[in-house]
Amino acid sequence: MRSPKLLRHAWTVASKDLLVEFRSRTAILSAAVFVVLVLVVFNFGRDPTAVSNVDLAPSILWVTFTFAAILAMNRAFQLELENQALDGLLLAPIERSSIYLGKLIANLVFVAGVELVGVPLLALFFNVRVLPYLGPLLALIALATIGFVAVGTLFSAMTTRTRFAELLLPVLLLPFMIPPLSWAVLATGRLLAGRPLSEIVGWLNMLAVYDIVFVTLAVFLFPATVNE
Amino acid sequence: MLLAEGLRHSFGAVRALDDVSFGVQPGQTLAVFGPNGAGKTTLLKVLAGLILPQRGRAQVDGGRRAIGWIGHQPQLYGQLTVRENLRFWASLYDVPESEFLPRTDDLLQRLGLRDHEHRRVSELSRGLVQRAAIARALIHDPRVLLLDEPFTGLDRMAAEELRELLSEDAAEGRASVLVTHNVDEGAELATHIAFMRAGRFAHFAPRAGRGPQQVSEDYRNAIA
Repeated sequence: MRSPKLLRHAWTVASKDLLVEFRSRTAILSAAVFVVLVLVVFNFGRDPTAVSNVDLAPSILWVTFTFAAILAMNRAFQLELENQALDGLLLAPIERSSIYLGKLIANLVFVAGVELVGVPLLALFFNVRVLPYLGPLLALIALATIGFVAVGTLFSAMTTRTRFAELLLPVLLLPFMIPPLSWAVLATGRLLAGRPLSEIVGWLNMLAVYDIVFVTLAVFLFPATVNE
Repeated sequence: MLLAEGLRHSFGAVRALDDVSFGVQPGQTLAVFGPNGAGKTTLLKVLAGLILPQRGRAQVDGGRRAIGWIGHQPQLYGQLTVRENLRFWASLYDVPESEFLPRTDDLLQRLGLRDHEHRRVSELSRGLVQRAAIARALIHDPRVLLLDEPFTGLDRMAAEELRELLSEDAAEGRASVLVTHNVDEGAELATHIAFMRAGRFAHFAPRAGRGPQQVSEDYRNAIA
């Protein structure tokens, strides 16, 4: 009985966030523009004879996704400070974990939107072939994204009522992003180089474990982060 | 219905609540008056369960589901329309669709929001936003209403309408705790009056027919 209610309330929170974002387009537009600008800057700022595109592209892709996601995640709980809606959420007779899960779902949709802009641009600017490996690449991106967005959503809740929220979030989050990002960069490099899938299965497994551990931890820790 | 026993809470060296005890029964309205910083909002937050008191306990029959909150801020989303906001909060309180539709229509009518229900909250005047906030607080038909300076931003007519609405609700058995620094605004609604200073109740008694002027005088005497 408890789980369907938890998920229903989570979806209510997520769909509200998505509707608000759809109307304002604040986070998604700034993050998407950021992705485009970073990829353009890297495209013109690199020396193509020094490092091959296939070697360079994975790092650039994930650095771009990371900072674009931080832009979007900063917005997640700022929205609730407007008119003190967060107090209303905390007063509502719902599991506080459902607020976290709702925010996580909405953030994943935002970041997925940004990534959908980033992947084709990467293929265009860096002349790397992504279509032959699109399925595994999307699975890899999904697994890595779930992990760092799960942690980022939790830290966003922790920092949102502080004076330097926009600075604190990356400072807290980046150390936790090192494992999934390094696995994602290595696996993306192998994929774009046309190596067999068996070479990246280990990293995919580690990303899946990271996701399970940190989503579970965040669900349990979230109520403590919003108590006054 | 609502019970507070020996509530104590401090923020650092500042004691916001100091041994506050009282009860409110169905149909009763307790008006708590006090200057800024007296601990009124902290008291409401403790009653609502938003702050866990360091000592004592606050109990509301029916828990969080039974509480409606009208505060300084409307707790509404500017990018959503009035009706979308009401639907969102109703969903979190598990209000079934069969109850949501007639209750929403009734509230929009009573609060004069019928012509504004499809407008985004960010486009409304402060007074209309406050009316929408009242509708949000009542959308799940709470048995206890906690009001923190509810007349802020309302024009005279809207304030009078709110007083009427709260009187009707009290007659139907809803219990309310209203905190404000403005004695003239809340005195007529109250069945019980408390004056708060430095986290303590300096006075707590039934209103017993006292008019706003008498309450004002008593307040000045008690707080001075």
